[in-house]
Amino acid sequence: MKPKNQRLVLIVLALAAVGGAVILAMSAMRDQAAFFYAPADVARRGLPTGDRAVRIGGMVKQGSLRRHPDGVTIDFLVGDETAHTIPVRYTGITPDLFRENSGVVAEGRFQQNGRFVASEILAKHDENYMPPEAAGERHKSETLR
Amino acid sequence: MIAEGGLAALWLAAALSLLQLFLGAAALRPGGEGLLRLVRPVAVAQGLLAGLAFLMLIWLFLRTDLSVRLVAANSHSMKPWLYKFAGAWGNHEGSMLLWVTVLAVAGGFVALLERRLPQKTLIATLAAQATIGLGFYAFLLFASNPFTCRFPVPAEGNGLNPLLQDPGLAFHPPTLYFGYVGISVAFSFAVGALITRDVGPAFARAMRPWVLGAWIFLTLGITAGSYWAYYELGWGGWWFWDPVENASLMPWLAATALLHSVTVLATRDGLRAWTIMLAVVAFSMSMIGTFLVRSGILTSVHAFAVDPRRGAFILVLLLLYIGGALALYGLRVGTVKEGSKFDFLSREGALVANNLLITVILGVVFVGTIYPLITEALGTKISVGPPYFNAAAGPVALILVAIMGAGPMLRWRRDDLAKLAGRIALPVLLGAAVLLGLVLLAPGVGILPLLGLTVALAIGAASVAPLWGRKLRRTPLFTWGMVIAHLGIAVALAGMASESAFTKETLVAARPGQAARVGPYTVRFDGVDPIAGPNWTAIEATLTAWRGENGGRFEMRPQARMFSSPPTPTSEAAIRTMLDGQLYIAIGEEDEQGRWQLRLWWKPFVTLIWLGGALVAFGGLLSLVGRLRRERKTRPNVEAEPREALA
Repeated sequence: MKPKNQRLVLIVLALAAVGGAVILAMSAMRDQAAFFYAPADVARRGLPTGDRAVRIGGMVKQGSLRRHPDGVTIDFLVGDETAHTIPVRYTGITPDLFRENSGVVAEGRFQQNGRFVASEILAKHDENYMPPEAAGERHKSETLR
Repeated sequence: MIAEGGLAALWLAAALSLLQLFLGAAALRPGGEGLLRLVRPVAVAQGLLAGLAFLMLIWLFLRTDLSVRLVAANSHSMKPWLYKFAGAWGNHEGSMLLWVTVLAVAGGFVALLERRLPQKTLIATLAAQATIGLGFYAFLLFASNPFTCRFPVPAEGNGLNPLLQDPGLAFHPPTLYFGYVGISVAFSFAVGALITRDVGPAFARAMRPWVLGAWIFLTLGITAGSYWAYYELGWGGWWFWDPVENASLMPWLAATALLHSVTVLATRDGLRAWTIMLAVVAFSMSMIGTFLVRSGILTSVHAFAVDPRRGAFILVLLLLYIGGALALYGLRVGTVKEGSKFDFLSREGALVANNLLITVILGVVFVGTIYPLITEALGTKISVGPPYFNAAAGPVALILVAIMGAGPMLRWRRDDLAKLAGRIALPVLLGAAVLLGLVLLAPGVGILPLLGLTVALAIGAASVAPLWGRKLRRTPLFTWGMVIAHLGIAVALAGMASESAFTKETLVAARPGQAARVGPYTVRFDGVDPIAGPNWTAIEATLTAWRGENGGRFEMRPQARMFSSPPTPTSEAAIRTMLDGQLYIAIGEEDEQGRWQLRLWWKPFVTLIWLGGALVAFGGLLSLVGRLRRERKTRPNVEAEPREALA
């Protein structure tokens, strides 16, 4: 193989690799990317179709936190500025800063009846920290008003 | 007064970097040769001044000088001294000052120590280095001045985020910054070589130690950050595909590719344009990493800045640098001469495959990290999490690792397929045996962990193959380095696969005296006690654990801590390391009936993940020492790199 050809082949391979990466990323993204729902989105868009993992976020409603007798399962409502709420169930230890009237993001699946079964409650790192999605929600609603 | 001194030193350093840029540019013009020898001293002085400014900031933190706004906002007189010291970079302004200090000091070292490059290329390198530094000096002085004073002086500081009050903090940020900055030095070399049209083995040999050093620090930083997340967050996970983690992974991937291609360039004079391109990409990735972490786009423990002006400032810097680098590359790549050629079935071919696959993984991680930010800016929110990254990057990574096992057994230039098959037969057979054994003995293991374990064992064997039939005492240090680094990858992969395949988890609400089982262990909850530390109080649970029916008993004490300033709860997991894994216990809350939530994990061989990371870094270190020693020996005749030199 001539050197010139070799360089050409390498360039083609590199482009193919990058293109492959983008195709791979996009197809995986379509299947796997969890879409984010705020309570108002559920009311507007309806439940996500198919059995897909999604994220929800908002504020844990004051007075809605209820513990099950098994000691490790909790139910609570996630609300936002609108009147809509999402009922959430989670089994596990909640992050250190999980409490009523504070921001939360949960990953999991919706059941047919609209209840969200969380597989993970995302940790908040400190009292100033707001999950990006929830912070975005709040920010948007602040700027819109 | 100390604050004013620090600020003055910082301004002087910034002015010197401007001078360094102009002197460098003037010296490279025809007739400017007289200025050449002025650039080195300026670079050294700039490094000294930036270092001085940083020392002043540390001094302010050690004294808890509350008249300085930054100290008042982030420190507290009651804090242990280690966290006063490390607190100097546990905040936005201080960490940016650390960044620029490392950059300036590295530039000083280049100016002092680099003697192999032609002088003009070196001067161009230092000028490029000054250009990078200038942007960050401007950012510090105009948008995040660490030395601002406040009046009236408050009685007490606000304290440091308790999650950061961990010995890991003292080392994690500097380690990563050494990595980022090392890459920027490598990039400056590439720019210098492009400007003077001098891309060749001499340039590659000058750049290689910086790439290698940066890569070692990035490896250590990522490994330490992963272990920190594992034990400090109390979630039992070691990698979350968090954008901040990706911000350090992407430069590491690019540096790994660069490290391998620069070796081809240094020893075989191949892959010239590609190596320069990788230097540009690696630099862009470390800039994007800094941008992601420091701009406040991501809110996390790393994002100290929430001032949108700062984000915009860094974004502009990012666009200028990456755009400038790509433009220079586009303009000058045509002048880079063709390197020597090789067969595709050869060591070079395997390294090209390595580079391409790493590029694919880098692309996948990049898209997964950046795409959600872009869609969010456009109004749609999506969250990209572990399922995406594992599905898209996992298989490619396995192929990459498999090639890594075979690569070192190939000869340079050209090789024979039949001979290669003979050499890799043993590892392949071993891998097949492991696969068969796992399928028969442990059904129900996921496909990725299954393949992960298989590949890990096969390449574990393959990676030591380059030592077969050699006299171990006479094997060059850098060959040992390669073998150990590759072995480290195999070890880490085995840990990851084992952790995801065999972890056992139990979640209970227990009263004192109750016991629960997790994996081979029985854990009895004995009760809780209140305890107090220097700046926190805690509920400490006492648990007794034993293995099997009547193994030796030992105590574990997880805590739920409450820090006093700022008031923040954290969870301190109790971890017991055994030869074959870790028992990990975190405590949650008490319910109305007096039961405590306990989360128990048994994680077989999880420690291999970080042991592997440490091995990789150690391999890199051996390789670096080996290279430097070899180069000192051969300096009189730099052109003659020994033929059998390996990556």
